[in-house]
Amino acid sequence: MSSEQIIFYILSFWFIASSLAMIFARNAAKAVLFLVLGFFSAASIWILLEAEFLAITLILVYVGAVMVLFLFVIKMLNIDKSTMRAKFAEYLPLGLIVALIIIAEMILVLGSAQFGLEVMPSPARHGADYSNITVLAMQLYTTYVYPFELAAVILLIAIIAAITLVHKKETTHKKQNVSEQVNVRAKDRVRLVSIVSPTKEEK
Amino acid sequence: MNNMYTFDTSTLWAALPEIFLLSAIVVVLLLDLFLTKPFKQVTYYLTQLSLLITAILAFNLIGEPKTIIFSGSFVLDNMASIFKVFMAGSTMVALVYTRHYLTEHKLFRGEYFVLVLLSMLGMMVMVSGYSLLTLYLGLEILSLSLYTLIAIARERAGAIEAALKYFVLGAIASGLLLYGMSMIYGISGSINITDIATFADNSTLASREMLILNFGLVFLVIGIAFKLGAVPFHMWVPDVYQGAPTSVTMFLSTVPKIAAVAMLVRILVDGMGAMHDYWSDLFMVMALLSIALGSVVALMQTNIKRMLAYSTISHIGFILLGFVTGVVEGYGAAVFYVLVYILMSMAAFGMIILLNKQGFEADKISDFKGLSKHSPWFALMMLAIMLSMAGVPPFIGFYAKLFILQQVISAGFITIAVIAVVFAVISSYYYLQVVKSMYFEDSDNEITITAPMDMKLILSINAVLILVVGLFPDFWMKLSISIF
Repeated sequence: MSSEQIIFYILSFWFIASSLAMIFARNAAKAVLFLVLGFFSAASIWILLEAEFLAITLILVYVGAVMVLFLFVIKMLNIDKSTMRAKFAEYLPLGLIVALIIIAEMILVLGSAQFGLEVMPSPARHGADYSNITVLAMQLYTTYVYPFELAAVILLIAIIAAITLVHKKETTHKKQNVSEQVNVRAKDRVRLVSIVSPTKEEK
Repeated sequence: MNNMYTFDTSTLWAALPEIFLLSAIVVVLLLDLFLTKPFKQVTYYLTQLSLLITAILAFNLIGEPKTIIFSGSFVLDNMASIFKVFMAGSTMVALVYTRHYLTEHKLFRGEYFVLVLLSMLGMMVMVSGYSLLTLYLGLEILSLSLYTLIAIARERAGAIEAALKYFVLGAIASGLLLYGMSMIYGISGSINITDIATFADNSTLASREMLILNFGLVFLVIGIAFKLGAVPFHMWVPDVYQGAPTSVTMFLSTVPKIAAVAMLVRILVDGMGAMHDYWSDLFMVMALLSIALGSVVALMQTNIKRMLAYSTISHIGFILLGFVTGVVEGYGAAVFYVLVYILMSMAAFGMIILLNKQGFEADKISDFKGLSKHSPWFALMMLAIMLSMAGVPPFIGFYAKLFILQQVISAGFITIAVIAVVFAVISSYYYLQVVKSMYFEDSDNEITITAPMDMKLILSINAVLILVVGLFPDFWMKLSISIF
């Protein structure tokens, strides 16, 4: 077994173990941290495949931004675990049977006889001067420019959807009208009243 | 090395409808921001105009030879162009009904129209998608816009529940679809439909390659069945139909079905046509279950939106039967059925919207009580719609079912045809229930029709078309077959 294979098996083990731990974690914050570990393992496997750009993006975007946001949300929400687990036992037997059948089928189909190194050899290694990002960029802006633009449309929808669903038109706070404040003149605000001061005789 | 990366701008004309629509979306979106309240209707008219121009652009491309551009991820053929014209047209009709609903329920917002246009774009991408990636992206554009459209009535608990259910189940379905696509890509080495078709058609495939292809195929079928709402992947349909605002229900139950069928044709017929024996068995089971469950469960519904949801499920069953046959005439019959279904469903939901008034949802069957006395014309229209859905001649719904059953019988599945007919007869009971409450029962509360003239006109044309198209169905059937 080559050293590369050993590294692959270690990383895969961590990937699967952290994914399972994420599902079975009782604490939501811990689950997020296990997911982060899973992302790291997946990114490392990508590095083994010479897909450096994807690996770094996964860590920067998902671990750095998305998961941190998740942690914030989980810490801010007060999740009631008892209602979440109320129906768990009820659905467990059926879910377990279905899951076991699917797992058994997948093991039968996706074994090493189908995807092992003998039938699917690993891709040829590139030299040190090979740039993953350049190739990716060339592909994205030529061959895959259409899917790339469509992905941009999906982001546009995300923006529209988020604003549509969250934005409230009625403002509950009072705000200042700056131009009105600047244009105000002394006579609008101050009223001069001439008061005749009493003389000595009147006292 | 250089010719590996190609981007040819001279073929962009084939995607002209999509390019125009996306530009129009951006313009409408930005313009809507600057429109003050009295001018909000401008957004509506601009939306209709963009759809009209898109339809014209797509219509001009009918008859062009099959063109594949964007490195194999986009196809222009007659099916794509004809579907685009139909989708743009039915979206325009849907928007006429929608405007009345939105004003009555104080939901009139510019974003609504932008999201409808965006889902239209997603559907166009789907019907023209020729690689697994573009098909998936089109599906996501469509689904994301639909989730938002449902949740746009955010102060209604039912709408939020429907949106969340649809979102979660839709995400699972997308996940299954993607998993299947990854398997197909893993074994065939390509995401382009043409390459997959050549790979699957190869008779010297090793048994391990067949196994993986089959494995991926099952997930693809599940993903597509989810989107179509076929049993046993139908759980979301009734809840979403009932919970969503009626205008959104109308939209999501009609036009996206064309796109889903187009995706089915692209992936399963164009791509995996050689594996028809494998997927047609799955389809047969799903079709029979859909027809049976849709016909029986609908009998117990009192909510007409829920009833129509189950009726959709049974219609989907008939559409799937068309694909079981495995011949071009069968596929044509299925496409014809989809178009007919859209015509009928659009009119049925239009009738529900017609009875809506100021914050009141006329979504019970009992809300139709006594309609014949108040408005004999629209009661007659509803009668036509219901009889057509039940499959009574000479309405168009009869021919849709007839063509499917003809193909099923000539393909040798006589038992299946008999079962389908039996359930079609059972289902006519609940359609007639609506007719009964319109004609033979007195209304509990006042029926007032506040709809504007344009809606009444379009709805009448829509319903009359059900009869008129039924008088000469052969032309439409030939058109449906010609696209394959």
